[in-house]
Amino acid sequence: MNKKISYGIAFALLLAAPFIVYPVFLMKLLCFALFACAFNLLIGFTGLLSFGHAAFFGAAGYIAGWALRDAGLPTELGILLGVGAAALIGLLMGALAIRRQGIYFTMITLALAQMLYFVFLQAKFTGGEDGLQGVPRGKLLGAVDLSSDLTLYYFVLAIAIAGFAIVMRTVHSPFGQVLKAVKENEPRAISLGYDVDRYKLMAFVLSAALAGLAGATKTLVLGFETLTDVHWSMSGLVVLMTLVGGLGTLVGPIVGAIIIIALENKLGDLGNMLANVTTIEWFRTIGDSVTIVTGLIFIVCVLAFRRGIVGELMAYVERNGKPNAG
Amino acid sequence: MEIFGIPLQAMLSQLLLGLVNGSFYAMLSLGLAVIFGLLNVINFAHGALYMMGAFLAWMGMNYFGINYWVMLIAAPLLVGLFGIIIEKTMLRWLYKLDHLYGLLLTFGITLMLEGVFRSVYGVSGQPYQVPDALTGATNLGFMILPNYRAWVVVASLVVCFATWFVIEKTKLGAYLRAGTENPKLVEAFGVNVPLMVTLTYGFGVALAAFAGVLAAPVIQVSPLMGSNLIITVFAVVVIGGMGSILGSILTGLGLGIIEGLTRVFYPELSATVVFIVMAIVLMIRPAGLFGKEK
Repeated sequence: MNKKISYGIAFALLLAAPFIVYPVFLMKLLCFALFACAFNLLIGFTGLLSFGHAAFFGAAGYIAGWALRDAGLPTELGILLGVGAAALIGLLMGALAIRRQGIYFTMITLALAQMLYFVFLQAKFTGGEDGLQGVPRGKLLGAVDLSSDLTLYYFVLAIAIAGFAIVMRTVHSPFGQVLKAVKENEPRAISLGYDVDRYKLMAFVLSAALAGLAGATKTLVLGFETLTDVHWSMSGLVVLMTLVGGLGTLVGPIVGAIIIIALENKLGDLGNMLANVTTIEWFRTIGDSVTIVTGLIFIVCVLAFRRGIVGELMAYVERNGKPNAG
Repeated sequence: MEIFGIPLQAMLSQLLLGLVNGSFYAMLSLGLAVIFGLLNVINFAHGALYMMGAFLAWMGMNYFGINYWVMLIAAPLLVGLFGIIIEKTMLRWLYKLDHLYGLLLTFGITLMLEGVFRSVYGVSGQPYQVPDALTGATNLGFMILPNYRAWVVVASLVVCFATWFVIEKTKLGAYLRAGTENPKLVEAFGVNVPLMVTLTYGFGVALAAFAGVLAAPVIQVSPLMGSNLIITVFAVVVIGGMGSILGSILTGLGLGIIEGLTRVFYPELSATVVFIVMAIVLMIRPAGLFGKEK
């Protein structure tokens, strides 16, 4: 009951949001929130830490950008093509990576994603260091013009909600229960007769496809795609979002994505404010050194705060014996 | 003389360059393997500490006029000390947790180190002069051998095999290997395992810093030099497996040579060839060339 009300309020807020906050910024937030949710499906619910999710995010972005600009495909087809490319890369990468476990899995995903980075760096259609510029937004189903930010916002909101619904449905399905069993105790899942490798691979491909959906949508929103999105630092960023919000919680990655993206965009203002309050001039330079701050958050999270914001809140509610609020 | 239409001179010089890169791979993957064996932590910060070693050498030269040879010893000691502080204050709390937290923590440390150096020095590379004693080249008749590159290969081979000797053939190494197998039992015999763990981490990162100082005159010293290298080294580690010291050294050198040859015959693939080899090894022998399937 409570849950339905809170989802209703959240939905109403999302509908009203573009009238208060700059829509492009909101759309960027939605894309990253979806990206983090896709990533969390793997780490939080299957127990696999991928350090190569930038590959899916960026590859889908490039393929969608190419499809919309150079191949002249309609918007929805361009995005679908991006998702398909991400799923295919996920299938190939996943099939290799699940041959090793634990920390090796992570290193393999990182290495394969780096390989893809070099491929995109050298490929002709990506524009190399300049990136793929001037991607048109086009018309949805040939009818709805997406050039207005507000129209596009509702389209992106629909995509994000659909993506989130898929994640939720997956987690609560029998398939999701098997994934959870793999996470908790892999040998036992094997002894119960589950083909663990197949389940892992399916989860990997699903996560890659959803990350691709986020990446393709982001290219549509911003109108360009650059190497930043395939770089390892992007893989690290999505790990950080999920970690800050809470590994293995449904809403955590969304909260984490909002915090990290807002921080990246507003760090300069925050630094100036701190400098004014504390009169320490050094804070003014903080806006230029986002990586120092993200690194610091990583360290603090891992050492003191492993459940993340949502995880800590849930633990707090549980300790105090109140009925669940989220 | 030509081989497959490539002048022998060009091929040998690329081979040497590959061997130089291979020595860095070998030293870094060796450090990673030693640290992982005892600490169960994959040290993502290894690349950043390699970068720090190179920068310390550069800073010593530019700010204090300290020469290369002094920094070759001093920089690894300083970075080793820094590593000991990291282990004592942060890594120590993560040993009982999943391995992934160690990776995430050291990733955070990497971002901070890179960010600090970037905010001070920017992303462009700083040149570092080859020390006077090693400038110039020697004519071997069939090729011109740049002295400094030869020195890098020899120095890293000596360090790698010294490490192998200490770990495999001495009593200290025996403690270390026993600690890798069963730390609790070793502790029961009265060996101070926590101290051993701390010193091992310090040694592993000192090795990375040593590689960094060696690399400073070969490539430009830049804040990003470490993170580009560490991902390739991860692939090397996956290919070799972390079970054997000698295996790490051989895999590192071998991949450096493969990379050098690719640069001669098909330059477009030189950035990705190590990852392709990794994919092939995963398909044929998932445990890695020298790995033991657990």
